[in-house]
Amino acid sequence: MTSAFEYAPAPESRSIVDVAPSYGLFVDGEFTEAADGKVFKTVSPSTEEVLSEVAQAGEADVDRAVQAARRAFAKWSALPGSERAKYLFRIARIIQERSRELAVLETLDNGKPIRETRDADLPLVAAHFFYYAGWADKLDHAGFGPNPKPLGVAGQVIPWNFPLLMLAWKIAPALATGNTVVLKPAETTPLSALFFADICRQAGLPRGVVNILPGYGDAGAALVAHPDVNKVAFTGSTAVGKEIARTVAGTRKKLTLELGGKGANIVFDDAPIDQAVEGIVNGIFFNQGQVCCAGSRLLVQESIHDELLDSLKRRLSTLRLGDPLDKNTDIGAINSAEQLARITALADRGEAEGAERWSPACELPTSGYWFAPTLFTNVTQAHTIARDEIFGPVLSVLTFRTPDEAVAKANNTPYGLSAGIWTEKGSRILAVANKLRAGVIWSNTFNKFDPTSPFGGYKESGFGREGGRHGLEAYLDV
Amino acid sequence: MPTTAPTAQALSDVTASDSTLRRFLHGLPGVDAVGLEARAASLGTRSIKTTAKAYAIDLAISMVDLTTLEGADTPGKVRALGAKAVHPDPTDRTTPTTAAVCVYPDMVAVAKETVAGSGVKVASVATAFPAGRAALGVKLADVRDAVAAGADEIDMVIDRGAFLAGRYLKVYDEIVAVKEACGTSARLKVIFETGELSTYDNIRRASWLGMLAGADFIKTSTGKVAVNATPANTLLMLEAVRDFRAQTGVQVGVKPAGGIRTSKDAIKFLVLVNETAGEDWLDNHWFRFGASSLLNDLLMQRQKLATGRYSGPDYVTVD
Repeated sequence: MTSAFEYAPAPESRSIVDVAPSYGLFVDGEFTEAADGKVFKTVSPSTEEVLSEVAQAGEADVDRAVQAARRAFAKWSALPGSERAKYLFRIARIIQERSRELAVLETLDNGKPIRETRDADLPLVAAHFFYYAGWADKLDHAGFGPNPKPLGVAGQVIPWNFPLLMLAWKIAPALATGNTVVLKPAETTPLSALFFADICRQAGLPRGVVNILPGYGDAGAALVAHPDVNKVAFTGSTAVGKEIARTVAGTRKKLTLELGGKGANIVFDDAPIDQAVEGIVNGIFFNQGQVCCAGSRLLVQESIHDELLDSLKRRLSTLRLGDPLDKNTDIGAINSAEQLARITALADRGEAEGAERWSPACELPTSGYWFAPTLFTNVTQAHTIARDEIFGPVLSVLTFRTPDEAVAKANNTPYGLSAGIWTEKGSRILAVANKLRAGVIWSNTFNKFDPTSPFGGYKESGFGREGGRHGLEAYLDV
Repeated sequence: MPTTAPTAQALSDVTASDSTLRRFLHGLPGVDAVGLEARAASLGTRSIKTTAKAYAIDLAISMVDLTTLEGADTPGKVRALGAKAVHPDPTDRTTPTTAAVCVYPDMVAVAKETVAGSGVKVASVATAFPAGRAALGVKLADVRDAVAAGADEIDMVIDRGAFLAGRYLKVYDEIVAVKEACGTSARLKVIFETGELSTYDNIRRASWLGMLAGADFIKTSTGKVAVNATPANTLLMLEAVRDFRAQTGVQVGVKPAGGIRTSKDAIKFLVLVNETAGEDWLDNHWFRFGASSLLNDLLMQRQKLATGRYSGPDYVTVD
């Protein structure tokens, strides 16, 4: 955007966070090296600068961590709920106190704008711990009968798109219900989980209750397959989710999967247009579109297609892409070179298949991984970009004529995680929402999260719910 | 420009009768209150520093309609205000002048004399401000009186009673009549008293109604009720002027008034302008702040940027 009113750089200070040159695995309350001594580097996606060297967990480390969690389980699960709640409240408070530090760290390691880590990720992380802390001594009243029992050791594998938030979604309900945890963060974003390990120590959490194993897919696979794990929780791609389901099939492990999505954002002709435009932008460009519940398919009623697209393009032209630490940045970096390659390939495929590509004029930084906000018009259900999850800042615009057609197209996907409905007519919201096969349906908003609200998918978007009272069930023997 | 835009001709048909006008205004897209306020709040997190801040502060000073609208106003008070408008900071002559002084009609002549030759405009509230509860003839006489005394701008209030009763054509006709009374010399600002219209849908309808009737500016409020300018209602009005220009080619200004007291607030409003209507509105011909205490805070911030020290309220003039 060129304007007389050019915003001067307003970077958040990096000095608030002290990233050590190397980090170990967090097992049994101690930071340790990997058994085979392996390490990997984590880089800042916006600059490709190496941030730190991190111990890489292997099978032996997974075994060690599961054993530690097993040892801690008896005492931890025997604590009265009100005692476990104290730890969780303490963790929540420490997260709030250290939220600026954690926001800067997350932005450095993930590439997402500080505006998001500061205003969305961190407040939600703390809110999740507060929320589940409140449940810890009230499990008798959660609807699962008296004195519901925990499962044991939970093996949790989380993605790189919301590193600390996904950790909170996994760890908070697990601890509140009395389970112990071995968690593997994604290989591109291990740092905030390691800072969380430090917070556990700061909160005086008993050794072994939380174990953090940075590593690659092999460590995740070993964790999922470990015979002494009682519960597997995974958030990530549908392909890996299917593999995990095969691994745990025939065992007594309880499984929840939160996988991919191809969310439909449906805009009717009586929508509040200006707010719908904001919702579309938030739906697909929040976190550079690297969101499993992103509104990546815009279904717009034909009668307002041109008008809406004009407004949308004008709005995209005001998005500010660049230094994620700058407080005025709207669009940050793509998380990794690998993800950038995938987005690039799918966008090129969209063009090759005849969809019309548009991006606002926007200068990309020369180092780091960047992709300009992109929208495709003239997209049909047959296009790859209308079917495959892109997991990037790419919006496919399709049209519909009637509410029935909107519902049919929205449901015509193997996924079923999220959907949005934009109309000023309340009865239409209810009628359409009833017919959509998606776990989360937003009306006149998008990408709104709250710890009290269950989140999860239909079909190949996974099963089980995280958040709310429903989120307790996955960690209870009920 | 929207490719589906009705022509200006088509818009002239909407005022043919009360029912066509009603259909048009009620056919405007609705406003989702939660979404609107969230967008305003999100733009409020922009961080405006150093050179951008210096630009914004000078721009904001140049957009102030320095206002005194008290029963206790005297020629002396108005002269002091006028002097302040011309030289906001007596210690720094590089400070821009404010856009205008805004007074009651009987003070226009005094104000005019005080700011003569400076480029500062004289705005006058009229039409039985602030309630607007008077016969049309009285309102028009009020306007003509102010214009005759030399007012460059007239800030009128709409008949909120008629608007809320759904008598849109009456409101429209009144604005048209006032515009005519302004003649060619005075620009017309139309005040909706958004706090009394109460819903965002009403504010969007009133904005279009005012623009269709020939408003040069649309203005949030009188400053005399509990809720005056807010980021959300100003954002909504900025969307309205942006859309109106896209459809008709006619540019209309926006003036939030009342409740904007700090530089930080003013800068947030300028961010709204910049990212909603765009830079064409970043000029005091198209955007104003109706305010009195705001100016001193802008001046203190300006001094701080220039000297690196925050001097305090004794280093700006009390008027």
